[in-house]
Amino acid sequence: MSQTHTVVTTINGERTERRLEARLLLSDFLRHELGLTGTHVGCEHGVCGACTVLFDGEPVRACLTLAVQAHEHEILTVEGLAPGPEHLHPLQQAFWEAHGLQCGFCTAGILMTLVPFLNENPDPTESEVRHALSGNLCRCTGYQHIVDAVLKAAAALRARDG
Amino acid sequence: MKPAAFDYTAPDSLEETLAVLGEHADDAKLLAGGQSLVPMMNFRLAQPAMIIDCNRLRDLDFVRQTDDGGLRIGAMTRVRSLERDLKVERSAPLLFETVPWVAHPQIRARGTLGGSLAHADPAAELPVVALARRFRLRLRHTGSERWVDAKDFFVGLLETTLEPREMLVEVAVPPLPRRTGWAFTEVARRQGDYAQVGVAALVTLGDGGSCRDARLVYLSVGETPIEASRAALSLVGESLDEESFAAAAETAAGSEIEPTSDIHASAAYKRHLARVLTVRALRRATERAWAADGGAR
Repeated sequence: MSQTHTVVTTINGERTERRLEARLLLSDFLRHELGLTGTHVGCEHGVCGACTVLFDGEPVRACLTLAVQAHEHEILTVEGLAPGPEHLHPLQQAFWEAHGLQCGFCTAGILMTLVPFLNENPDPTESEVRHALSGNLCRCTGYQHIVDAVLKAAAALRARDG
Repeated sequence: MKPAAFDYTAPDSLEETLAVLGEHADDAKLLAGGQSLVPMMNFRLAQPAMIIDCNRLRDLDFVRQTDDGGLRIGAMTRVRSLERDLKVERSAPLLFETVPWVAHPQIRARGTLGGSLAHADPAAELPVVALARRFRLRLRHTGSERWVDAKDFFVGLLETTLEPREMLVEVAVPPLPRRTGWAFTEVARRQGDYAQVGVAALVTLGDGGSCRDARLVYLSVGETPIEASRAALSLVGESLDEESFAAAAETAAGSEIEPTSDIHASAAYKRHLARVLTVRALRRATERAWAADGGAR
């Protein structure tokens, strides 16, 4: 085993400290070290978007980020999205209502991509939503229901945030 | 897929980074955004013995206006920051137009200007803009620096004039000449994927509305970003219209680019794309040049 490094990071609001090998990917750190298996791992080379998490609020590929790079940074995963066990985030709720998920493999990455997108673009067009989704592959639903869900969530968030 | 083991350091200062790089130049890699390097490490196509992580070098994350109307941009500036920067929109409109074409939002959030230029992927958008807009690149090693023109920087497939102990730290974007229009466009199978062909066009109007200067630079059609100098020269002195656009597109697509066939498209199809995209880019650049001139035509 090679040299390890102290990594202090805030994950879903909780401070975590670990000794890690530099070659450990952030995606594997989340899943294997912390048991946060909501972040999925598809292609492991930056194409599919399934492993998208928020790094200081920006969506990034966890498979193209080393866990040591999260030192002194904040990570948000899909587990941190819902306000509590009884309530879904409005985007999650809309995915449910609009049948935006089928097998669910790509869903976490799509949610983590689109939450910051909707913050920046509260009233997107369908075309803008499709562009925002370009870095996420879904092999089940064909995107139509996902797009419907995002537009529904955008409306719900606008109504909520007035 | 996991990277092979490597030593890792994340210096807080540029001087320390250059010192470590100087000492380990033969087997170290600088890690910028990591959006090309980390996939190569995941596949173990790259197995550097040491990674020098530049992500703590906050001093290299900046966009500054210069007195002459140009910009200085730090090598560690994220592509996503360029996309949101009003200085870039105003002073480097070709760069501003091009950044949304760079990969996907998640890639742009990490990827950096310096990383993309130093990686020198001929399918990448930013080297094309660097060449078209004649960026100058500041290369440092301990105790020394040199400035290199973009046209001398890209020398081969994934190959630049950077020496092993050198680091690209900053670029200078010259001011856009007056009466100049710009455009970037590309075609990819999926928005954000590697483009089959892309082109950046610049045109400058001269007296009487004829073309005073033009530039055409392509991605994915050779081992480096490819400048079609003869096609651009064919426009100079001509009126910028559909006839001269078509002639320039024919020269560029027919004889100045060297696309190769791959699983997505044949070389002949890429030449066809180059022809069509060249005309579209020149048309758009010309509209903008007239608009910059006050809109009178």
